[in-house]
Parts: sequence; C-alpha cells; structure tokens
Amino acid sequence: MTDVMDTPTSGAAMPTLRVEYAAGERASGAAEIVPQLRSELGLDDQDAPLETPRARPLHQRSLDDNASLIGSAVGSLALVWLLYERVLPLSGTIGFVVCWFVAFLVIYSAVTSMVYPRPMVVDRIAQAVVTSGAAIVGFALAWTIIWIFLQGLPALIHLNFYTEDMAGVGLNDPLTKGGIKHAIVGTAIQVGIATAIALPLGVGTAVYMTEVGGRLSRTVRTVVEAMTALPDILAGLFVYALLIITLGWQRSGVAAALALAVTMMPIIARSAEVVLRVVPGGLREASLALGASQWQTVRRVVLPTAKAGLATSLILGIARIAGETAPLLIVSGASSFFNANPANEPMNSLPLFIYDAVRRPDGLTIQARGYGAATLLLIMVLVLFVVTRFLARDKGPSR
Amino acid sequence: MTVLDERPPAFQDVAEPRVIDPGLPTADRTFRGVVRVIGLFVLLLTSAIGIFLGLQAVPTLQKYGLSFFTETQWEPRSNTVGIAAVFVGTIEVALVALAVGFPLALLTALFISEYAPPRLKSSLVSLVDLMAAVPSIIYGLWGFMVLQPHAIHLSRWLATYLGWIPIFHVDTDATSASWQQSSFTASAFIAGLAVSLMVIPLACAVMRGVFALAPLGEREAAFALGSTRWGMVRAVVLPFGRGGIIGGTMLALGRALGETIAVLLIISPTFDIKWNILSVGTNTFSALIAGRFGEATATQLSALLTAGFILFAMTIAINTVAAIFVNRSRSGAATEI
Amino acid sequence: MAISPSLESITEPTPLDAAAGASHGATLEADSITAWFGSNRVLDRVSLTMPSRTVTALIGPSGCGKSTFLRILNRMHEQVPAAKLAGEVRLNGDDIYSPGHRITDTRRRIGMVFQKPNPFPTMSIAENVTAGLKLTGTRISRGDRDDLVERSLRRAGIWDEVKDRLDALGGALSGGQQQRLCIARSLAVDPDVLLMDEPCSALDPTSTRRVEQTIEELRDDVTIVIVTHNMQQAFRVSQQCAFFLAEQGTPGVIIESGRTEDIFGSPTDPRTEDYVNGRFG
Repeated sequence: MTDVMDTPTSGAAMPTLRVEYAAGERASGAAEIVPQLRSELGLDDQDAPLETPRARPLHQRSLDDNASLIGSAVGSLALVWLLYERVLPLSGTIGFVVCWFVAFLVIYSAVTSMVYPRPMVVDRIAQAVVTSGAAIVGFALAWTIIWIFLQGLPALIHLNFYTEDMAGVGLNDPLTKGGIKHAIVGTAIQVGIATAIALPLGVGTAVYMTEVGGRLSRTVRTVVEAMTALPDILAGLFVYALLIITLGWQRSGVAAALALAVTMMPIIARSAEVVLRVVPGGLREASLALGASQWQTVRRVVLPTAKAGLATSLILGIARIAGETAPLLIVSGASSFFNANPANEPMNSLPLFIYDAVRRPDGLTIQARGYGAATLLLIMVLVLFVVTRFLARDKGPSR
Repeated sequence: MTVLDERPPAFQDVAEPRVIDPGLPTADRTFRGVVRVIGLFVLLLTSAIGIFLGLQAVPTLQKYGLSFFTETQWEPRSNTVGIAAVFVGTIEVALVALAVGFPLALLTALFISEYAPPRLKSSLVSLVDLMAAVPSIIYGLWGFMVLQPHAIHLSRWLATYLGWIPIFHVDTDATSASWQQSSFTASAFIAGLAVSLMVIPLACAVMRGVFALAPLGEREAAFALGSTRWGMVRAVVLPFGRGGIIGGTMLALGRALGETIAVLLIISPTFDIKWNILSVGTNTFSALIAGRFGEATATQLSALLTAGFILFAMTIAINTVAAIFVNRSRSGAATEI
Repeated sequence: MAISPSLESITEPTPLDAAAGASHGATLEADSITAWFGSNRVLDRVSLTMPSRTVTALIGPSGCGKSTFLRILNRMHEQVPAAKLAGEVRLNGDDIYSPGHRITDTRRRIGMVFQKPNPFPTMSIAENVTAGLKLTGTRISRGDRDDLVERSLRRAGIWDEVKDRLDALGGALSGGQQQRLCIARSLAVDPDVLLMDEPCSALDPTSTRRVEQTIEELRDDVTIVIVTHNMQQAFRVSQQCAFFLAEQGTPGVIIESGRTEDIFGSPTDPRTEDYVNGRFG
C-alpha cells in the first residue's frame, strides 16, 4: 500500500486527499467522488444517509489488564495464606495484610514485566501503591465510623438517652434510665456562645484582611494563619489561667465557650478570607464605579456573593469545635446534672461526657453511654457536613 | 489643603505626585475603623496567648533554670519538674504519626488528584474534609479500643526483627509463644498511629490542593510525549507540588505535636526519656498538661503553663514555616499556562 | 488499503517513491471521526488523509472542532473526562484506537506541540529535550544523549540560540524559544507525525517566522498537521488544507479539503471562499 499512498519525493509534494461529507446532499465539486470512495471503503452495503455512529469505548481495560491484576491478587493471597503462621514467624491481621500486599506487588510486577516494558511496569506498580494507600485511609475512616456506630447503638435506641440527665444514675444502672440531655444542651449552649463571639470577629478580621488591607493586615494574616493550628489544649490553658486563676471566675459554660471561641476564631477568619479573596475584583470595581461607598460595596456585593462560602466556613468551624475535648477538660467542670445556665455552675458537654464515661473501668453501661454520646457527636458532625456540601453545591468557590 | 501648588499644571514638579484626598464618606470611615479594630483585636488576642504563656513561664524558668529542660521527672511536690521526658515523648509520637501519615496522605492526595475517576473526585475531597472534621476523641477511642489490639502484633514484629535498632527494642521476649502483650500497649508507637489518622486529612488536603494546580499544559505535554500516568506525575505533578508536600507535612507535624485527647486516652504516662517507642508508656506536652492541671497548685500551674509555652513556641514556629512553603508553592511556582 | 487506487485517481498522477514511507514520516488517516463531549456532538463523521511529506493545515473559525480533531489524532482526546469518539484513526494503516495499541506508544509516534509553549519548568533545556526518552523509559548513553540534544535542537532551529546554556531552566527562554524547545522535545523521541495546535498564536511575528521555517525544514522527515487561525500562515506552510466549519448548532464537519492553492485559489464551496477571503469567522 505504501507505494500508492505515499507522496512524491520532490519537495513540491502533491497532496493525496479524500473527502467525505457528513451528509450526502451537500453539493460541491468533490461530491461525485464520494460514491466511488464509498465503494472503495466497502461502505455501500450501509445505505446512504449514515446512521449516527456509535461511540467506541475509550479508556478500555483489556482482559490482560484485569487478569494480571486479579490473578496477582489471588495468587499472592494463596501464597501468603500458605506461608503465614507456618513458615513466616508472624502474627496478627495487620501483618498478614502487609505480607499479602508485598507478595502482590512482587507477583504483579513480575507478571507485567513479562509483556510490557519497564515504564509500564513502574506505572502499574505506582498505580497499585497509590490506590492501596488511598484505600487504607478510606478503610480506616470507614472502620472508625462503622465501629463507633455499632458501639453507640445500644444506648442510642433508648428515648430516655436524649431526654434525661445523669443525676442520680449509677454507673451500672440499665440504659433505660438516665441520659445525656445535660451534655447535649451543654454542647449546644457552649457552641452557640462560641459561634456568636467567633463569627463576627472572624468575618470582621477576614474583611479587614481582604477589603482594607495595609501592612498591618499582613501581620494579622500571618498570626491568624499560625493560630489556626494552635494546639487546642493551649486555648483551654490560656482561658483557664487568665479567667479562672487570675480573674477568679468559676469553671462554667461561659469559660468553656470562650476557650472554644479562641479556637474557632482563627479558623473562621482564615477560611472566610479565602472565600472573600476569590470574589472577583471586577464586582467590587463595578460597585464602586456606580458610586457606592466601600461599606455598601462590602455589604451589598462582596458578602452576598460569598454567602455560600461563608456559610461553609462557619459550619466547618462549628464541626471542628463541637468535638473539641482538650480545652473543655480544663475550663469546664464536668457535672452529671442538667444546667442550662452557662454563667455559673459546671456545665457538661458531649466531648467531656464521652471522655469521662469511657475511662471508667468499672460499670458496663456508663461505657455504653459514652459510646452513645460519641456516636451522637459524630452524627452531628456528619449532619453539619452534609449541610455544608449542600450549601457548597449551591454555588460559590469550592476550594 | 486640596491645592498644594498655585502654579499652572505644566509648571508643577512632575516628580512630586499630587496628594489626592480620598474623601471617604463617614460610613466608610466608620466601616474601615470598625473592621480595623476587629482585626487588631484578633491580632492582640491571639498574640496575648503567646505573651501570656510567655510571661507565666518567666518565674518558672527563673526558679528551675536550665534544669527545667534537662530534668525528666515531673514531681512538683518534691520540687523537681522538667520537660526532658515529655519533650522526647512529644517528638516521638509526632514522628511516628508523620512516618505513617506522610506516605498515606501523599498517596491519598495523588489518588484523588491523579487516579480517581473524575466523577468521584469531589466526593473524595469531601470525604477527606469529613475525616478532618471527625472529633479527635473518636479517633482516640478507636485507636485505643480497635487499633491497639491489632497494632501490637506489628509492634511485636518490629521488636523481633528490628529489635537490634535501639528505638525498636523492647525489654521482653517478643519471640516466645506466650508473648507479653501488655509490654507493647500504651506506647508512643500506638499513640502515633492514632494521631496519624488526625494528621492525614490535614496534610492530604494541602497536598491535593497544590497538586490540582499543576498546569494542564505541562501535564498534556508529558502525555503527548508518550508518558505513562506515573511518568507524568513524577515529571510534572510532584516537582510542581513539592512546596505543598513539604508545607502540608509540616502542618501535620504541628498538629501532631499538639494533639491531646487521643494521646491521653492511649498512653500510660511515664517520666523517663524512652527511646524505645514500641514499649509501654510515654508522655507528651499536651497529655501532661491535660493530665496534671486538675491537681495543680499555683507553682505547678506555672510550671504547666511554661510547658504549654514551649509547646506553643514549637508549633507556631513549625506552622509559620509550613505556611511559607505552602504559599510560595501556590504563587511563585505557578506558571501561567 | 482498499482506498489507495481512488486516492490516486483524485490527485494528479505523481511519481511515487516506494521507500519513502518507511523513513520519512507516515500517513495518518482519519476515517469517519465523530466526537462527543458528554452528549454534545462536536464532530460529525470527519474523514481526512494526512499523507507523509506533507504539511496539512486545518483551518476554520473557533469552535468548529479543529483542535478536538487534532487531539483525537494522538489520543489526547481521552484526557478530557466524558470525551467520546467513533471512527478510526489509522497510522500507516493500523487503527491507533484498537485494543492492541498501547496509548503511550501511539503518543510517542505521534507527537504534539501545544498552543502555549509548555516546557517543564523544573528541567533544564537539555533535560527538556530528553524528557520524552526519560518519560518513556528509553535508555540512552551519555554521548548519544548529547548528540540527540544537539540534533533535536538543530532540527527545531534553536540550537544556535541555546547551545551555550543547555543547563539553564527551560522556563527562562523567551516565548518563541520555548515553543521551539517544545518542538525539539517532541522531535527527540523521533515521531512519525507531529501535530501542532496553533503553535504560533502566542508568539510574535519574528518567532512565528522562525517556527514556520522549522516546519518547512521538518516536512521531509515528519508528517505535520497544523491547526491555525492565520490564513497567511496556512497558505505559507501547508501543501494541503482542510476547512472545518460548525454551522449553528450542528457538529463540526470538513466543508472542503484539498491542495492549499486550490482551497485558497479556487474553492468550490462558497463558505470556504468567504472564510479564506476573510468575509467571516
């Protein structure tokens, strides 16, 4: 075929070409050659107006791809099954999986290298390793969540778990008696107060950093950024030493809320800043060019544009502090009774209740209650999370 | 004040820009003022934590001097306190968490940005965010109740085969059939494993964010040369994302150093400098603070605050360096393609 | 190939060189290519033969599927999620989309130069040139590598400008030099076909001229397909031309293709005439 297909040796090449029209009816000088071409191509058995062609599969995994992957996995499993605990002096499930994985990689690369060149072998091994790494993380997450749900279920199915407190309930009393109402309410109040403090300050700081700017704002940004990763216990320690020791406050819900607010503020400030910064500068300029003041621009244009993103950052902040245990351990005394007044008397909260309950070696039901509270906390976080996703899908920056 | 120069414009010194009065409306002056005050307040408050802890540290350091850094015991009653043991313990737990968390976070980030099917990508990103939002007490519980019974087998294996390396040595006969499980529990290794679960989503999110910014043009150039996917990742994504990898890892380190509750649930506190991470007992700054504040008298509290200040200084330093790396990789290296 | 006799019949009889195909590029045939992004059809049964020793220019207004068509020719199309395809692309008669063909080999044989220069910024100039070898795991000795770097840079017409700073980073070059470096990088793996997607649209006129010279010099060795919006450029560099058009709401098709002088001189379709004379698009 080459002799006919190829073009002349001289530089003034004459192109060979073939034209086929999408639909036969287009009249042009080349149209008369179409039937001829069609017959050459053996297309004439299909009738004139071509059917809509069917897409051919791309990204196809060949039989060989799948067979070598599954074969290697099964083969290495069998091999390790045979050797493990007999030849290899190892024990435990984790060790078994590790051995299986190593054996799998060896066999898989050997199988691949029989057919493919080196880059393909490396590519396949890399893909296997990357996928496995992600799978381990996903597996650990799933295991954690499922495990905590299973542990918490016995306590969660009792209605009194939500409507009663632990006043006068013993460690071994059945799950049909007593509940964690005090902890739920405590968490709600503390998170509420913390949010009420941290949200305006956080968003205000973000507005300062993005809209006002200046040299000082860069310092603020650096400090805020560093503070987002402040060890949570230090916020508690700070509030404890300042309010309770120096100013002589009581351990109370307010103290706990303040500690949470200190943790939450940099988180909100930073994520809100990211959201505000992606509001297109053109929008601001358009508003200013219409004669709006900067305050009007921020209030009517910038903040509404970033609404969904701000809501997301708020909810992520709430989810983060709702489960915060370490600062509460220091500033909020635990109690077993209901207390809706954050200003005095210790006020319990979910994380604190969990921590307290699961550390009791004695008492079977108290531990079950602890797991129940942990599950409830996780459910709260999950719900907040789903809400965030919902908001984020609305519109607004996803990152 | 609006007219600075009486001469006609042509004669004005062009090198001297004229002063423009922004003429802000009152609402704007108020707005800018209020927002600036909020920003300064937050700045002050956050700095106050550092300054307050720092001031509290002064009397303690005056009292104990250098021995505060070299003493391992924490016995305020007998007037010997020092952070040598918790310092080593904190570093050990954090390094174990990184040793496990770094590769997993990197692989997960690569999987999400390069290997996952496109339609799953956003769900996977949310899943990582969710993982970051799971309260640490839940990871602590899981690590204590579920992971520990499995992980001690790994500890035993390491002790048996790598026991000649000091850090993996355990003072028990790991090879015997009835091996002492309790010598392997509550160790820095197990605590580090639990903490790794908390740092993985943090590091992973940063790394993935930077990988996603690797220019499409360079990716396609690699593919068009006949590169495999991994070849492209090595030639384009990893070099581009180096700043993000380093920054994310350092952020993870900062988090691991300060993690409290999961460590507190798992470890059994000891006050020796222990290099063998697999054997029972260790301690960290945050676990020390959380564990000892309840019984603390004024002097003890001051000592705890000093420990807190050192933890604060460590994490802030690490986080700041991390932030520099991440920000640099996001702006400087990004070629406009 | 069954179609060969007819091909001859529609072109002027020319002396044939049987040996040419083996070493001087290859013939690329697109047969009835239809392409979708999701459910949106962007190309409808487009067929075109791109013979060796010929520069084929794809012209047409924006959004008519030229770039999609080009990316289909070396399977870059699949990079886009939800991209679908029907039809065949044959390189010397072999369908590159058939399951037996490895995608990496295909892309190696059919190189691509992109609209915006995209040298790897972390690699030096020399490393950029040999990046293709490294990425495809081809081993090469030191001496051979130096030869290859020089040969490739010479073929891309940039050797004299960079020979003294081969270890400088690729990103430090000017836009036009970067683009020729990208061409050198594509040439280093010795492709049969070189696809160019508006290679000069980000360059100034002088750099454009240099790239066009490079194309002219390469034509004898490599089959070149170039997408361009610049009519003069299409006229200057190509021997064969295909005019793409996507009329309102319909997928892109080739309205007319043929020798460049015919397309520009005596187009048969009025739409082609309008376009090449600048009356629309």
